[in-house]
Amino acid sequence: MYQFSGKLKTFSLALIIFGVVGIAFSFYSGSQKTIEDAKHAIEASNSDAHGGAHGETAAPHGEAVNHDTHAEKTDKEAHASMIEAHSEVDAVHGNSHDNEHAEHVLHQLQNRPWSAFYVALFFSLGITLLVLAFYAIQRVAQVGWSVVILRVMEAITANLLPVSIIMALVVIASVMHLNHLFPWMAEGTVDPTSDNYDPIVDGKSWWMNSTGFLLRSIAYLLIWNAYRFFIRRSSIKEDTANDGNKTYKKNYNASVIFLFLFMITESMMSWDWIMGLDPHWFSTLFGWYVLASLLVSALTVIAFFTIYLRAKGALPHVNDSHIHDLAKFMFGFSVFWTYLWFSQFMLIWYADIPEETTYFVARFTEYKLPFLGMVVMNFVFPILLLLNSDFKSKPWFVFIGGFVILAGHYMDVFIMVMPSTVGAQWYIGIPEISALCFFIGLFIYTTLNAFSKVSPIPKGNPFLEESKHFHYYNIEHSGEESGDH
Amino acid sequence: MSHYEAPIREPLVLGDKSYHDITEDIARPIEGAANKNWYIAFYISLAAMLWGFGCIFYTVGTGIGVWGLNKNIGWAWDITNFVWWVGIGHAGTLISAVLLLFRQKWRMAINRSAEAMTIFAVFQAGLFPIIHMGRPWNAYWVLPLPNQFGSLWVNFNSPLLWDVFAISTYLSVSLVFWWTGLLPDFAMIRDRAVKPFQKKIYALLSFGWSGRAKDWQRFEEVSLVLAGLATPLVLSVHTIVSMDFATSINPGWHSTIFPPYFVAGAIFSGFAMVQTLLGIMRKVTNMEDYITRMHIEYMNIVIILTGGIVAVAYATEFFIAWYTGSPYENYTYLSVGAATGPYKWAFWSLIIFNIITPQLLWIKKFRRSFIITFIISIAINIGMWFERFDIIAIVLSKGHLPSTWWRFEPTFVDVGIFIGTIGFFFVLFLLYARTFPVIAQAEVKTILKSSGEFYKKRSEQGIPTKPAIVVLKSGNKKKDSDNNLNG
Repeated sequence: MYQFSGKLKTFSLALIIFGVVGIAFSFYSGSQKTIEDAKHAIEASNSDAHGGAHGETAAPHGEAVNHDTHAEKTDKEAHASMIEAHSEVDAVHGNSHDNEHAEHVLHQLQNRPWSAFYVALFFSLGITLLVLAFYAIQRVAQVGWSVVILRVMEAITANLLPVSIIMALVVIASVMHLNHLFPWMAEGTVDPTSDNYDPIVDGKSWWMNSTGFLLRSIAYLLIWNAYRFFIRRSSIKEDTANDGNKTYKKNYNASVIFLFLFMITESMMSWDWIMGLDPHWFSTLFGWYVLASLLVSALTVIAFFTIYLRAKGALPHVNDSHIHDLAKFMFGFSVFWTYLWFSQFMLIWYADIPEETTYFVARFTEYKLPFLGMVVMNFVFPILLLLNSDFKSKPWFVFIGGFVILAGHYMDVFIMVMPSTVGAQWYIGIPEISALCFFIGLFIYTTLNAFSKVSPIPKGNPFLEESKHFHYYNIEHSGEESGDH
Repeated sequence: MSHYEAPIREPLVLGDKSYHDITEDIARPIEGAANKNWYIAFYISLAAMLWGFGCIFYTVGTGIGVWGLNKNIGWAWDITNFVWWVGIGHAGTLISAVLLLFRQKWRMAINRSAEAMTIFAVFQAGLFPIIHMGRPWNAYWVLPLPNQFGSLWVNFNSPLLWDVFAISTYLSVSLVFWWTGLLPDFAMIRDRAVKPFQKKIYALLSFGWSGRAKDWQRFEEVSLVLAGLATPLVLSVHTIVSMDFATSINPGWHSTIFPPYFVAGAIFSGFAMVQTLLGIMRKVTNMEDYITRMHIEYMNIVIILTGGIVAVAYATEFFIAWYTGSPYENYTYLSVGAATGPYKWAFWSLIIFNIITPQLLWIKKFRRSFIITFIISIAINIGMWFERFDIIAIVLSKGHLPSTWWRFEPTFVDVGIFIGTIGFFFVLFLLYARTFPVIAQAEVKTILKSSGEFYKKRSEQGIPTKPAIVVLKSGNKKKDSDNNLNG
């Protein structure tokens, strides 16, 4: 049995408390933003645009890309001539436009604490969900090598319930108009008499309506949590079942059903929770792209906890071959993520259909460094670091690779969310860091707490012996006393 | 203990087989004479092939106008068949490369034939990019060769050019991968051959393989590296094929999900073809002990999985087409327009053969049944042909401008060429089944003692089967009794 050390408990609680304080502060300062602040922000980015190094990242244009309810044509022209176009529009519309514009920037400023929280929340929820899915895959595929780390995966999924509750609260808050995260939820978007009327959103109102959004969100969370609740209980029962693999088979069937539902809910979840932030944009690949990003991160988190718990002696049967396999998965799915990222990007870039291209124009103009940096972190780095077979079995190497991968995929989620909600008003500061701290603290606490509750070895699994004796042929197991492999 | 296998796993080699039995079973079709049925099948295929070649010569000699294409639908059966054949080829690489990376032992009995299928399917696919050209004699212009036109080069922006690189690389790598795996097996046939001519041929084919430890070590490493390279290759090849459509601006073609969705569809249809072929082959070559019910069931599970992915992709296409709010999307592939338009029969064939029929495989009894598997695999092959036809023809038949709306009717030449490629494929496959070891004996022998029925039973009863040779303290070598079984 693993003992959750007091030090680490304190550390994770400290992260949570620090996070809560930071989040509270960012919400407080975010809610204090006034129209004056917005005007300052516009001025600052305009002066930047004319003289500064951030010339091409000037605020108003990207903002126009995402949020203007003007026809696409106007958008397109605005990109084409960038700053000039904007100042012309300014000149024509004069003061009233200025105010409208300022109100828009104000919403972005007020969105920032929400978005920062939402990015970290979605990342945390997504990772936990994908660990659950990977765990289900291990059961369905009757995997022989990973049985000794099944309990690690199970423990990580303990995070699912708290983050699901937080997600449900955020969804409810959005529906109650406490934030401006989802532009389609704004007042009057489906009312033809309103100034805010958006015919595109109106056309989708069968899908994009608050009731449906709320019900679907709750349904996804319930389905995932139901499986997690069942499988955790049943997996512990498996240890002592001794019923000729009856419990094992029941768990197998439950995992098949979960994976079936997961494939559907995951796509829908990504349309609702992420693609819906940009109600005018769409991409058929999006669901799977989000899946790939979260899957890599989930594998990395599994590897991290496995390495940590093994170092603490809590996983007696995990050897270098297991680490090697995890690192191989991290490597392989990093490439897979890149494949999907590139497919989506390249196809949209190639066809250059305005209504789709806006998505990448916004990201390319305002988020150039994180957008391109993320590709380096998520592809180039893991490719170079984790290609070598020897490196993949070295925990500290996997740790470095994994750290970059996690940071890269945080950036990925950041870039999916931020351009749509805060536009050019992005920055990595207290709101982002404190939200991240909160969820990391929660992650560590729930995982290790759950891991310390039950035996780390799933005794009842029929493949346990295979996993104990797992030895990948060219891996030299270092620093292990046991000689049974 | 590294070869420990859980007793819950079903055996992969049935019967009381020794190493020698495996050799005998696999060499038998090569060493024996062909029977009447083989000749009948061969001549039918040959006739179909020759008919297809006739149609090809007719097309090239007369012009593409002999096909049913028109000025709006410039691609129909040609590219449909191309994508269909490339897709079929993907299962072979998936079985030999991806399943190798995932350490799936059951791949060993089927990988040889699946790879052969890949190569023969890519041959068929490779015909279409050439013969659908208006001026196929200028086909070499697609290659970036220095030339006398002031070094006039190709434009690297076209997915059709990427196709050239993708398909040719795919064929080369698959061929090398397949041939490397064949070396120990050809050497086995060479060593058994009694006729001098046969011995000479297999001596040439086996490249002097002598099976030393160092050779085997490098053989394994090469296989692993090639598997690691072939996996991204298999994904990228069909991705590039999908980009022929997805890079365009046609509604129904321009869709970012196409790359992974085509790949999933390729695996889906490829596995269906493997089921069709192996369902027959295991019977006629008496390989029932190696290609067991378990293998069929595993392949059916892959079919359910990839079929499920394809179904999710259909649903996504359908949803996003509506979600775009674009009125054009409503006339195209997988839309209300497609389900009710003039091609509704093709659309519903796709839904019935591809999505509904394979769901029967959820039932364990069905996915372990050879007959039902065979029928469903045929249905999937038909369904996946319709998938490509629907994507291509329905989209082109109703473009942005109503004045360009047109129908496509195939001519006998379109059909004839397709039948010809099926004939050509079976000619190659039938010749292969008579001259090549259809199961990788060297690989199956590595799992005999861990996954063979006989050995699994013994280890369950606690009778030691390993190590084969026990070195006693006195230094005497004592042969374990089990080892006598192995010839």
